[in-house]
Amino acid sequence: MRIRIVFSKTANLRYTSILDVQKIWERTVRRAGFYLQYSQGFHPQAKIQAANPLPLGYDGLEELVDLWLTGGPAPDLIVQQLSEALPDGISIKRIEIVPENAPSLPKQVDFSDYCIRLHDSEQDFAGILEKIKSLLARETLPRTRNGKNYDLRPLILDLAAERISGDSIEIYLRMPSNPGKTGRPEEVMFELGFEWQDFQIVRRRLILGEPEP
Amino acid sequence: MTQTIETFLNRYLVTVSKPGRYAGGEFNQIVKDWGKTAVRLALAFPDTYEIGLPNLGLSILYDQVNRRDDALAERVYCPWGDMQDLMRNHQIPLFSLENKVPLKDFDVIGFTLPYESLYTNLLSMLDLGGIPLRSSQRGEEDPLIIAGGHACFNPEPISPFLDAFVIGEGEEVIHEILDLVKAHKKDGTTRRELLRKLDDIPGLYIPSFFEVFYHSNGLIKEIRHVIKPEKHTVTKRFVKELPEPVTNFLVPNIQTVNERVSIEIMRGCSRGCRFCQAGMITRPIRERSANQVLAALKSATESTGFEEISLLSLSTSDHSQITEIMQGVMEISQARQLAFSLPSLRVESFTPELIATMAGKRKGNFTIAPEAGSQALRSRINKSISDEEIMSTATQIFRMGWTNLKLYFMIGFPDETDEDIQGIIDLCRQIKAAGKRLIGGRLKIHISVNTLIPKAHTPFQWLPFSNREETARKYRLISDGLRKTGIQIDRPDFRHSLLEVWLSRGDRRLADVIETAWKNGAKFDAWNENFDSQKWLAAFQTCNIDPEFYASRAREMDEILPWDHISSGISKNFLIREYEKSRQGEISPDCRSVCHACGIQSNFMISCSELRTRA
Repeated sequence: MRIRIVFSKTANLRYTSILDVQKIWERTVRRAGFYLQYSQGFHPQAKIQAANPLPLGYDGLEELVDLWLTGGPAPDLIVQQLSEALPDGISIKRIEIVPENAPSLPKQVDFSDYCIRLHDSEQDFAGILEKIKSLLARETLPRTRNGKNYDLRPLILDLAAERISGDSIEIYLRMPSNPGKTGRPEEVMFELGFEWQDFQIVRRRLILGEPEP
Repeated sequence: MTQTIETFLNRYLVTVSKPGRYAGGEFNQIVKDWGKTAVRLALAFPDTYEIGLPNLGLSILYDQVNRRDDALAERVYCPWGDMQDLMRNHQIPLFSLENKVPLKDFDVIGFTLPYESLYTNLLSMLDLGGIPLRSSQRGEEDPLIIAGGHACFNPEPISPFLDAFVIGEGEEVIHEILDLVKAHKKDGTTRRELLRKLDDIPGLYIPSFFEVFYHSNGLIKEIRHVIKPEKHTVTKRFVKELPEPVTNFLVPNIQTVNERVSIEIMRGCSRGCRFCQAGMITRPIRERSANQVLAALKSATESTGFEEISLLSLSTSDHSQITEIMQGVMEISQARQLAFSLPSLRVESFTPELIATMAGKRKGNFTIAPEAGSQALRSRINKSISDEEIMSTATQIFRMGWTNLKLYFMIGFPDETDEDIQGIIDLCRQIKAAGKRLIGGRLKIHISVNTLIPKAHTPFQWLPFSNREETARKYRLISDGLRKTGIQIDRPDFRHSLLEVWLSRGDRRLADVIETAWKNGAKFDAWNENFDSQKWLAAFQTCNIDPEFYASRAREMDEILPWDHISSGISKNFLIREYEKSRQGEISPDCRSVCHACGIQSNFMISCSELRTRA
């Protein structure tokens, strides 16, 4: 049976990479007393498919993973037993049963919505709005990442800031997250003049598009 | 401070390498209520998180202490250089992973020291914790700093940095220490009084209570207890019965060096290899029953979800119920698709029945440790297996489907000849030829050739360490002899071996060298990319100490050795007898068949055969 898990990954699991999260799912399933299906062949692999890697340091509120379990345990039981077996930092929001022949998750992801919280509430909100405005007015934003030059501008599909309850400031951002192109929110933040230690990136959700036929 | 630490982590962790090292929160982590727990112990491992997390000794103590209602144990590993710098820049003290509490706030800090190249990291951790480096500089408010582990069988080089050492096994004595510390906190007694009480606990070594006197030629004249002159030695502790094995292992959220259920099936070894410190200091043999091992494996698999299980001991195939254990292991691993590893198999006891239990399993590496190239030399080091036995085991495992073979050798034994070195080459070539016939091109042979480090508490403890030229020449012979065979050779860096020699055979005068090397920037010396022997040589020079005094000098048989006041329970007479037998090429058979009066039975008033097996 193929199940899709919607889960959050936060706190101390912020620094766990996609490969290690894969291992967490394998071990959690084993601790919960369920059995994953394995691929055929000399080196059988557990059948687990994550939608899209969440970079180190990000929180994710609605991440997606498909697991192929043997047998057909009741969904309520799955949620309950997996939740008990998960480490702190991952929590299951809901699960759904997915048809075996549904398209693979990574192929369906188009965009990610991010919310970036500024640690310091003393920031000049008007100034930030101004910077966003001028950034969006640019036609190109040439940047270098891992030694490669690229244009950041077309990867910014939506960008806004808001002062929310209290004095804290949040920045909203939509960027593509597909194998062809992936935007990195911190690059936008660096353009706005911030450094890593000034903000926390939260991926609010993944937006799935229509799968290609 | 905890709030400050958490804020710091929240903001800056993303900027360091492998931030998951500092996050904690692993499955099976135990977080107790700090304010409501009477005694607090920090278990410190002076290397990175990914090396320290799987350490079994630390897992055992974590489990033992956290079972108590009145005590808590939290973990701390050595931060990598970038994190050390960042913490210093932000005035963040070294903290525990569980409650994120500064090291300084614990009652006791217990360092695990399995090997010597961790000593500079120990200093880094004290320094990052804001704790004075030397026992003599610490005040009433500082935690008690203790250490244990195999390296502590020669505690002298680091003795000024520690308040106390646990010599031997920690499972029982840790409770006695915590009981004392708890009473000490309650009664408000002085640090000095606490140390005096600790000194009365068997197996505890309080270095500040021992004074060392030297001859003008640098040799030790006397080692004397300053309060109790009648106390000449500190004898190791061991548990008569191994406690229930740990089953709720911490499951890391980032990759560590090994991630598996490790169940120790036996402690101690009866083979008596003369170079092997572990085999000497872990006597007597104590087995866990097959039932206990299998129950623990099952429960640990369920509680961790690990994909691999491993049986630990110095000599796995010598366990009296090994076939039964292996059958159980196969059942458990097949039911849950788990891999298994079985280190330390012995050619002598690796029987066809045992091999048969592994039928049909995917085969990983298989390791054979001939140690020396010729049978004559093997007799001298008491590793008395014949070339035929080695060949027959290799042939059997190739037939069973293994394709990767690893062979362990050592060079630098006393009276070693070029024929002995040629023996390594011949043996490897023969095994290679046999493997090629049986499995063809899939065969992979890997050999590891270490240089003998004559360790404390072994029959070789008086020997000099090999010199650089001779060692290099022997390695050249081996690599020339194995050219075009496709056999891969691993060898240690000579300078790194030298560090191990100094630190494992030194006396307390070396503490200044260690501290100076650390100030010169030596850290993570166990990591090849970090190790810089120049920093150490400069430190020797600064301290006006000749490193050769510790390395290339043969010790006199009647010389007082730096570790002579530390007893493993094995008598010096036995070590001398074994050393002489070695020179005669005489073997001492497995002590399960004949007792060689090593001293364990008489010193501890026990019967080895009674302690060995449990129903």
